[in-house]
Amino acid sequence: MTQMPTSNLPNRKVRREAKASRLPLRLALDRPKRNPTRSSLSRREAIFGYLFISPWLVKLVVFTIGPMLATFVLSFTHFKLGSPIRFVGLDNFARMLTADPSFWDALKVTVTYAAFAVPGGLVLALLAALLMNQNLFLVKVWRTIYYLPAVVSGVAVSLLWIWIFHPEFGLINTALCFVGIEGPGWLVDPDWALPALILMSFWAIGNAMVINLAGLQSVPTELYESASIDGANSWQKFWRITLPMLSPMLFFNLVMGVINTFQYFTNAFVMTQGGPGRATLFYNLYLFMTAFRYYKFSYAAALAWVMFLIILLITLTIFKSSPYWVYYEATRQQRKKR
Amino acid sequence: MIKSTTKSRPVLTRKVKKTASRCLLTLLALPAGMLFLAPLLWMLSTSLKDPRFVFLYPPQLIPDPVRWDNYYKALTNMPFHLYAWNTIQITVLCLIGHLLTASLVAYGFGRLRFPGRDFLFIVLLSTMMLPTQVTLIPTFVIFRYLGWVDTFMPMIVPDWLGGVPFTVFMLRQFITTVPLDLDDAAKIEGCGYFDIYRYIILPMIKPALAMVAVFVFFWNWNDFYYPVIYINSREKWTLNLALNFMKRLDPYGWAFQYVELIMAASVVVMLPCLLVYFLAQKYFMQGIVFTGVKG
Repeated sequence: MTQMPTSNLPNRKVRREAKASRLPLRLALDRPKRNPTRSSLSRREAIFGYLFISPWLVKLVVFTIGPMLATFVLSFTHFKLGSPIRFVGLDNFARMLTADPSFWDALKVTVTYAAFAVPGGLVLALLAALLMNQNLFLVKVWRTIYYLPAVVSGVAVSLLWIWIFHPEFGLINTALCFVGIEGPGWLVDPDWALPALILMSFWAIGNAMVINLAGLQSVPTELYESASIDGANSWQKFWRITLPMLSPMLFFNLVMGVINTFQYFTNAFVMTQGGPGRATLFYNLYLFMTAFRYYKFSYAAALAWVMFLIILLITLTIFKSSPYWVYYEATRQQRKKR
Repeated sequence: MIKSTTKSRPVLTRKVKKTASRCLLTLLALPAGMLFLAPLLWMLSTSLKDPRFVFLYPPQLIPDPVRWDNYYKALTNMPFHLYAWNTIQITVLCLIGHLLTASLVAYGFGRLRFPGRDFLFIVLLSTMMLPTQVTLIPTFVIFRYLGWVDTFMPMIVPDWLGGVPFTVFMLRQFITTVPLDLDDAAKIEGCGYFDIYRYIILPMIKPALAMVAVFVFFWNWNDFYYPVIYINSREKWTLNLALNFMKRLDPYGWAFQYVELIMAASVVVMLPCLLVYFLAQKYFMQGIVFTGVKG
């Protein structure tokens, strides 16, 4: 529970201010009183406040806002290290959209991956969490096992999966051979490389599963009990109680899934280097190659901003759609109180 | 007499039904559990195999001549002790800086009142979702100008500047749960803001600090993106860079003949993460839950 300073209890004036400022009530209540700089104590507190957050402020200006603006400006130039910057207007963007098949391939690869891996991962994480929430034998052992793949990451995992996807002696094709199916070339087959990476992403759903599990366990049992009294069956309970109560977690997992897809790098770099051909040329990998292999900094800057806009668009769409399907119990209670 | 017989039957079948459904569900969980474990077991098995038995069909599940020296060979064929030391250096320095500065910033946001605080906090939250690519290139140019390319500085310095917005957010939420009365009591004793931070806040948010520490460790130990951008010389490689080099350029090229060595090295690099997970499982889980529930 947040401790409120006693002098800032919500009276009508403060609540009106909070509504006007469109801040959540809790944040608004912590605002300084009128004329904060009048008292030297407040001034001292303010100075210390800025002092304490100064490391982050430095980072914000030097490593966040500055570079963001610089990337924006850079995307309209032609910049090679050592030679002076030439301003070329929309040249980079024009080239990107018309004369660069790699750009469209990168976009296609990333969007395809997002279209399959994100919803698939969400569903699997939900199913796994539902299963882990049941009264199983050795449930703690199962939860540990299910979560374990998400604990390990990095190049070690990429190498492991290169071996697993080996066309002749890898784990998957060996297992398929046992049942008489001849497995595809996976990472060396242009049609199967991306599906391979998508499959690989389903192995690490542990994080989303744990979040869903926490959500499942926080659903008040009275809801299920009263539903049983009203005669609901399991499917109805799931659809009308579990899913809505879980929707904030699903929402979070969805947004994070989309953002992480555009940051996908290590596996693509280590396992396929974007190949075969451009079958797994993820956007982030393409950007990396443009900047640090071909040293086309300004073109990479243009790519970065296009990516940013795309992510922004997708995220805003998801946020805008959220009132229709995300159910926040907390806000409902707040609304009821008024 | 009639009462006892009619009562005993329903109770027995209910109990049997419950155990039966438990068994059934556990059986349902089994195949998926196997699927999750299989890759790790496969990795372990390959790492201990004799090279002659690696590329076999049907595969040798349990290595027959168990080759513990695969590990020795894998770790000595490149200076892994050097790479481990590099990775440890980066991780530890990042840990210290991150814990220190993120808690300082979180304290500022969580306790102190100053104009613009809420606005800045919302800015902080929005930078959480900012993709790194938008700031990447100018940041690289800045580091190049400072001469920090091919050093560990580009990976350490940002952690000393307030860490990552997510950890600041997490710590700030914890700090707001520390009762204000403790602050007031300290102020009466004559403590300044920094003393309150050091003697009251820090001890009270130890669980949150543990969570942050676990996250930072994992993030830095497994980081590949920043090392691959900023590190050029071989002596400065991190473990992940070294692993990437083990397989050379194409995945199934000539270096892949030594897959048992590659797997052995991978196991070794994974071990610290597994260790931290098993030791700090509680904090790990709390951290993940925090991201989803409060995020």
